[in-house]
Amino acid sequence: MEALSPTMEEGKLLSWHKREGDRVTDGDVLAEVETDKAVMELQARGAGVLRKIFAGEGSTVEVGSIVAVIAEPDEDIDALVAGAAKPQKAKQPAAKQEPAAAAPPPTTPAPTAPAAAPQPTGRVKASPLARRLASEQGLDLGTVQGSGPGGRIVKRDVEGAATSTPPAVAAPLPAGGYEDIELSQMRKTIARRLVESIGPIPHFFLTTEVDMDQAAEARQSLNALDAGPRISYNDIILKVVAAALRQHRECNAWWLGDGKIRLFNEVHISMAVAVEEGLITPVIRNAHLKSLREIAVESRELAERARERKLTPEEYTGGTFSVSNLGMFDIDQFTGVINPPETGLIAVGSITEQPVVEDGELFVQQRMRLTMSCDHRVIDGAMGARFLQTVKQMLENPLAIVY
Amino acid sequence: MATKTFDVIILGGGPAGYVCAIRAAQLGLATAVVEREKLGGVCVNVGCIPSKALLHSAYVANLVQKDAKTLGVNAGEVSLDFGAAIQHSRKVSEQNSKGVEFLMKKHKVTVIGGTGTLQKGRKVKVGKDTYTASKAVVIATGTRVKGIPQIGLELDKTTVISTDEALFLEQAPKSVAIVGAGAVGCEFADIFNAFGSEVTLVEILPRILPLEDAESSAVLARTFKKRKIKMLTAATVKGAKVGKNEVTLDVEAGGKQQQVQAEKVLIGAGRALNTEDVGLDAAGVKLNEQGFIAVDENLKTSADGVYAIGDIAGPPMLAHKGSREGVFVAEHVAGKQPHPIRYDNIPSVTYCHPEVASIGLTEEQCKEQKLDYVAGKFPLTANGRARASMETDGFVKILRDKRYGEILGAHIVASHASEMIHELAVARENEYTVEEVDLAVHAHPTLSEAVAEAALDSLGRVIHT
Repeated sequence: MEALSPTMEEGKLLSWHKREGDRVTDGDVLAEVETDKAVMELQARGAGVLRKIFAGEGSTVEVGSIVAVIAEPDEDIDALVAGAAKPQKAKQPAAKQEPAAAAPPPTTPAPTAPAAAPQPTGRVKASPLARRLASEQGLDLGTVQGSGPGGRIVKRDVEGAATSTPPAVAAPLPAGGYEDIELSQMRKTIARRLVESIGPIPHFFLTTEVDMDQAAEARQSLNALDAGPRISYNDIILKVVAAALRQHRECNAWWLGDGKIRLFNEVHISMAVAVEEGLITPVIRNAHLKSLREIAVESRELAERARERKLTPEEYTGGTFSVSNLGMFDIDQFTGVINPPETGLIAVGSITEQPVVEDGELFVQQRMRLTMSCDHRVIDGAMGARFLQTVKQMLENPLAIVY
Repeated sequence: MATKTFDVIILGGGPAGYVCAIRAAQLGLATAVVEREKLGGVCVNVGCIPSKALLHSAYVANLVQKDAKTLGVNAGEVSLDFGAAIQHSRKVSEQNSKGVEFLMKKHKVTVIGGTGTLQKGRKVKVGKDTYTASKAVVIATGTRVKGIPQIGLELDKTTVISTDEALFLEQAPKSVAIVGAGAVGCEFADIFNAFGSEVTLVEILPRILPLEDAESSAVLARTFKKRKIKMLTAATVKGAKVGKNEVTLDVEAGGKQQQVQAEKVLIGAGRALNTEDVGLDAAGVKLNEQGFIAVDENLKTSADGVYAIGDIAGPPMLAHKGSREGVFVAEHVAGKQPHPIRYDNIPSVTYCHPEVASIGLTEEQCKEQKLDYVAGKFPLTANGRARASMETDGFVKILRDKRYGEILGAHIVASHASEMIHELAVARENEYTVEEVDLAVHAHPTLSEAVAEAALDSLGRVIHT
């Protein structure tokens, strides 16, 4: 259901002008819809066959939900039909199936390359030349700011958008502070489309299993020193995540929501602590600068005060990445919900002895599952995977922490 | 001695200045125009308007002498009266100047007669009176004719003349040499040729209308040749012997020396900028390297609250460019955000017969810039309307970007090219591609069909050739 008026939130389907099986072309009137203002025509945004109608006459439909599917006669629309059964957001009234863009692992509906249907969602004021440039370059005009009369998108806007470079993330880290990077057009498109698909933060999840034998050994020998606080597995994980984030600044970020992503040079880890009335995330500041011992002391102290509800607001805000651990509850694996404006979280499962086969030999190993939740507006599949790989490698070889 | 305060004071009542004044008045600004001669400036009084009247006389002269008989009209013995043509042109100029006066009154713009001189702090002195502009002073003093004294062609206003004199001649000279074959030179060549003068165009660059597309130049040169207008191109005037009733030019063309004798020499190239006596130094207004008043993208000069528009603010020196700058500045002063002027989208027209009009890049420029372009062309010989009126000299050429269809440039040679070019000006201003130009249905039969056909030709689907 398209927004047929600027303030329209839902529309009542008065009558269908086309039946299932009818061939339609771009711009055909599909149905009459009563909006908050008037009775309007709902037009096809692409050509094909009207394969399936979801919204019957007389039904009221939310803007953004699927009312029908237009596809090629032989196209497989099962997934779409199944998807539409659930409440789903999609700007196009009739989604034409498109191949997903060649993007890293399709953990979520990958951002489709806007192109196949040249008509962008809604009404975008753009010159014919700008439209053509955008469609050739696979740029979604909806993400371009128009500088022509009345905000019309003209050639220079599309050229400007196309040449804006994607954020550089691999640069060596300057000491302290942070850097705000402008969202590239691609990043904006990813953000917008993913939000449309699943709520305000488009999550996706990556799971890996870690061999914890070495970490267990290290922990044992450290605790055998008998010279301070006991080091928990969680402390090791916090330390490793902090060290890994220093190598992957792209995952140590905030989604600022004003067209910017903030990449932090410092690592402040939000540590999820279960308390009586729910959950709070005290922050271990500059975790990347702290020793395992310091982290152990601080995390214990923060958790304690959290349970006593004695944390000051400064102590539970300003984190750059979260770690949530339900291992003590014998949870093998779970997915955490991102703590905005942060853009990533690692959910830690329990450590269990598992049979492992390596080089044809069977043996028992301490294994632990980590599941990373990523905000897809900032972190893409491969990006998150590389970070998680670093975490895994460090845990499997804890010496890496001091490397 | 009087002192009065306005919001905006404009120096110069030409097409830049008076249009600026009207727009400023429309926006509620108290506006004054200072003009030392007639309202309307060069354009209305000694430029665009009277020359178009004479060109129409020339057109009719050619029509009745050449095609009328074929068209079934026997005009009998034709006699030409250049003086009458001049009279008509003067009447038109006067009407237009009066029209500008009326517009000033209608919009309650104060017209101050005299020479305005800038003073520090947005003040303008006219004679003994001093006026203050609370918001802006706009310099629109334009240009004037000049001779070429370096080669012995000082304007003496009898044998060595400028357009200022040519527009008041009582009769057409027996022979005239025109130095410079740009728009002015070609238009006067057309006029004098039609009234029986022996015309020689002398152009320093390799072709007439050197700034137009080479194909446009070639078509015009061909029709001029048919009309026995002599053209010396890549020709340098080395010296001149100015007599009482005759001038002899020493011209070097193609490595050969030759002499051109004519009753009069018309200087058709170059104009002097009216930057003197404006008080630029006192007001702190700086010039750029080319001698124009230096302005920024909002046409502001180096002095606070002082703007410059029209010829004085830089090329192209065209009335319509100046008028648009006038509107822009008025809106800017009124705190609006005017649509930025696209200087690459200003049409250029030469009103000889056939007319030559263009917008955007020439084909040579496309090549120089190594653009990937396609030229779509349609000759008027294939256009029904052109054949009906026996005006088949010419063509429409559209240069389109190969990939996106952007209209990079358009060139028209046709009896009404000046009217036809605007379709492409609108298209370019709104970034329509060749396809949108063709999609609009063109009435049949019209010369404008050739525009749509050229657009189609650039797409490889021309219908009528």
